[in-house]
Amino acid sequence: MENLINIFVKSIFIENMVFAYFLGMCSYLAVSKTVKTATGLGIAVIFVLGITVPVDYLLENYVLQEGALTWLSPSFAEVDLSFLSFIMFIAVIASMVQLVEMIVEKFAPVLYTQLGIFLPLIAVNCAILGGSLFMQQKAFVNIGEASAYGIGSGVGWFLAIVGIAAIREKIQYSNVPAPLRGLGITFIVTGLMGLAFMGFMGIKL
Amino acid sequence: MSETLFSRKNMKLLSDPLNNSNPITVQVLGICSALAVTAQLKPSVVMAVSVMAVLAFANVIISLLRNTIPNRIRIIVQLVVIASLVILVDQVLKAYVYDVSKQLSVFVGLIITNCIIMGRLEAFALGNRPWPSFLDGLGNAAGYGVILIIVGFVRELFGSGSIYGFQIIPDSWYIANGGFYENNGMMILPPMALITVGIIIWVQRSRNRKLIED
Repeated sequence: MENLINIFVKSIFIENMVFAYFLGMCSYLAVSKTVKTATGLGIAVIFVLGITVPVDYLLENYVLQEGALTWLSPSFAEVDLSFLSFIMFIAVIASMVQLVEMIVEKFAPVLYTQLGIFLPLIAVNCAILGGSLFMQQKAFVNIGEASAYGIGSGVGWFLAIVGIAAIREKIQYSNVPAPLRGLGITFIVTGLMGLAFMGFMGIKL
Repeated sequence: MSETLFSRKNMKLLSDPLNNSNPITVQVLGICSALAVTAQLKPSVVMAVSVMAVLAFANVIISLLRNTIPNRIRIIVQLVVIASLVILVDQVLKAYVYDVSKQLSVFVGLIITNCIIMGRLEAFALGNRPWPSFLDGLGNAAGYGVILIIVGFVRELFGSGSIYGFQIIPDSWYIANGGFYENNGMMILPPMALITVGIIIWVQRSRNRKLIED
């Protein structure tokens, strides 16, 4: 249990998707104009990451890794399908996003219209694929750890996008030099937020 | 064909993304990988070349298939084409430049979700013939690569005192050897990549004022 909490906290603050790895920057910059849409997208990302990371974990350990197929027949012990992992992961993500889209459309039509185009775009949000690829690299021992990592990374991304959206709403009222307005200042503010998050770096959990 | 291969219009496809419609600083696509790999020049160059290969060929393939892909499943088709190309690139990198491939780690795989690629496929390859699509791919990847290389150059020069792995700042300059100079360790940290790109945008927009947002 303690271990799970460690992974969760670590993936939110120390290994924050946005500030430490720059994952999901495209939608982070494009959708962070108002806090409301940012919150909606953030929740959708938590949801999708929380599902795809454990599913990809199962896929990795029971299909793709070297010797992972031994549960089918011992003669598969030397089969190594790991070169297929990119295409398998992206297939899982694309179908999960489709599924989430249908569920949201059915049960929460209001949220669905609010999110609009951003929901299908989650499929190409690097944070989602990045979550699965880091999960593969970190070699978690069980699915609980993988889920904690998935949800934690999602929460970290959520915090980042809500934070920048709030700052951008306020920055509207300040006098930024014309060439920096919009994109430029957003980059610099993100950099400064990233520096603040670097402060969590030394923490050992 | 009514126009020649290197007509003015086609050349514009190649040169526009370098400045007026640069994928990173104007279209805001493909930031993720652009920032993460630029602590040094070498991985930046490898990344730029990989993206160029994937983008140009994905554009050509999708452009060839554009009349046969059903509209509803086009995203999946695009992802499959991109993912197969990225697997090829990944295997080639592992075979020939293993150390850089280790350094890039997950970011090779993340070329799949690099928004530049999806963006160009959606915006250009689905509606144009293969040759212009190829040029568009090359041009956009070059625009991306230029920014990557500038950021990589600045960060490596100030962060490690070297360029492409060769030391530039003389040893005797360092404080440890009785000199006056010290590397700026902050340049190696991720947030400085963002600030460097922010400054590039500033410079570009103050020279090219029509890009300014209000």
